[in-house]
Amino acid sequence: MIHAFSMHGVNLALDVNSGAVHVLDDVGFQVLQCYSQEGKPVHEKLEKLKEILPEQVILEAMDEIQTLIGEGSLFSADPYEDYLPQWSKKTVVKALCLHIAHDCNLRCKYCFAGTGEYLGERSLMSLEVGKKAIDFLIENSGNRRNLEVDFFGGEPLMNFDVVKEIVHYARSREKDSGKRFRFTLTTNVLLLDKEKRDFINEHMHNVVLSIDGRKEINDAMRKRVDGTGCYDRILPLAKTMVEERGHENYYVRGTFTRHNLDFGEDVLHLADEGFEQISVEPVVASADSGLDIREEDIPRACAEYERLAKAYVERRGSGRWFNFFHFMLDLEGGPCIAKRLRGCGSGTEYLAVTPEGDLYPCHQFVGQTRFRLGSVFEGLNGNPVREEFYQANVYEKPECRTCWAKFYCSGGCAANSWKFNQDIKKPYKVGCELEKKRIECALWIKSQEFAAAEGE
Amino acid sequence: MKHIKTINGKTLNRDIKEAGCGECQTSCQSACKTSCTVANQKCEKK
Repeated sequence: MIHAFSMHGVNLALDVNSGAVHVLDDVGFQVLQCYSQEGKPVHEKLEKLKEILPEQVILEAMDEIQTLIGEGSLFSADPYEDYLPQWSKKTVVKALCLHIAHDCNLRCKYCFAGTGEYLGERSLMSLEVGKKAIDFLIENSGNRRNLEVDFFGGEPLMNFDVVKEIVHYARSREKDSGKRFRFTLTTNVLLLDKEKRDFINEHMHNVVLSIDGRKEINDAMRKRVDGTGCYDRILPLAKTMVEERGHENYYVRGTFTRHNLDFGEDVLHLADEGFEQISVEPVVASADSGLDIREEDIPRACAEYERLAKAYVERRGSGRWFNFFHFMLDLEGGPCIAKRLRGCGSGTEYLAVTPEGDLYPCHQFVGQTRFRLGSVFEGLNGNPVREEFYQANVYEKPECRTCWAKFYCSGGCAANSWKFNQDIKKPYKVGCELEKKRIECALWIKSQEFAAAEGE
Repeated sequence: MKHIKTINGKTLNRDIKEAGCGECQTSCQSACKTSCTVANQKCEKK
């Protein structure tokens, strides 16, 4: 299987199974499409092409395509399915998302957590639950040494004393357990005072700072309880935080809705404000919210990604470097194929913990009792739904099996699949289309970097 | 080649026999909390 496409005047072909990427001139692209497109036999399509191209150049391109086919970097076979039993073995739990606070001091309109309380009451995690969660992770992580704990909410800074105590407790257990903890915290920034910043900078491997971009965009969605926007408060605090971290190991993270399909402007605004690590993602909201990205919005959102990709390359080439999370693609040293087949690990190696200590496949499943997997007190409860997560690789999902993007998105987000299709093996179509466009943009960016390096 | 330039080689099937050690970071732990992005992760072995 291959995926051939053109963007900003560049023709590209991805060989899906080998990961090889090629740039083609117009002749090569037209000839390649004779091989790849469905319909009439290849030789008939090539004959037809002779009506508009000289036979000699067609033969040249055919020769090059045949060489690449012979090398296994075009139309290569899929060698992975035979390895599935080996890669589908039961894995240990290696990461927890701790819902430190099911409460929030913002009332963001698009919040999937119901403005903090998820599907339950507003509540804060106790230190007892936090310690039990650390014990649970140590006990269920087998021989794995590096463990991850993400402080999430709601707003975790509303329960920061417990965050600090959990960090100290985990550190105190590192030696006896032979584990090493890596902490991340996601915050809306409002309460990010000096004391908290210092603690986070000392102990957190990564910090995610929520801000949507332009003031009017941010403040239309991210409102305080009294209805006022938070941009003027959080922007300077976020800048200070990033400065104090030495501009490393952070993301400013925004959400876009169908009301700002020109979200590229928000990404560039954040870059203009001096942030270099930026993630702005499509909202996941239900159809009755009025904010959800709909199928009719896809063309505009895709065009915006292409426009952003162009600006991204131009800025990086002119000393205004920034990183956009969804354009990052490590073609040389990315994850192994086993990881690519299985995806994020929700429900298997990654679990979320509620303030009460209940376990769920990830933060987006919290409160949906069908998915409750146990608690940090009782351990895993043997809920058979967990088996569905083990089985949910790209070969078990009919739409993914035939999709060119499957080794890059890894089957998409299980929570979104459930939310929109009530089936974790049936991907969320809007999410798929946007993800495919982001991958195309990332490949196009690679072609531009390659061309720039060749020109040096 | 005259018409085709390869900008990335066959990298996906390179380490097929060593794949699946499980030491990599979970995917949702960086910036990405609402959409799954795996391909931009690093392999812990490299």
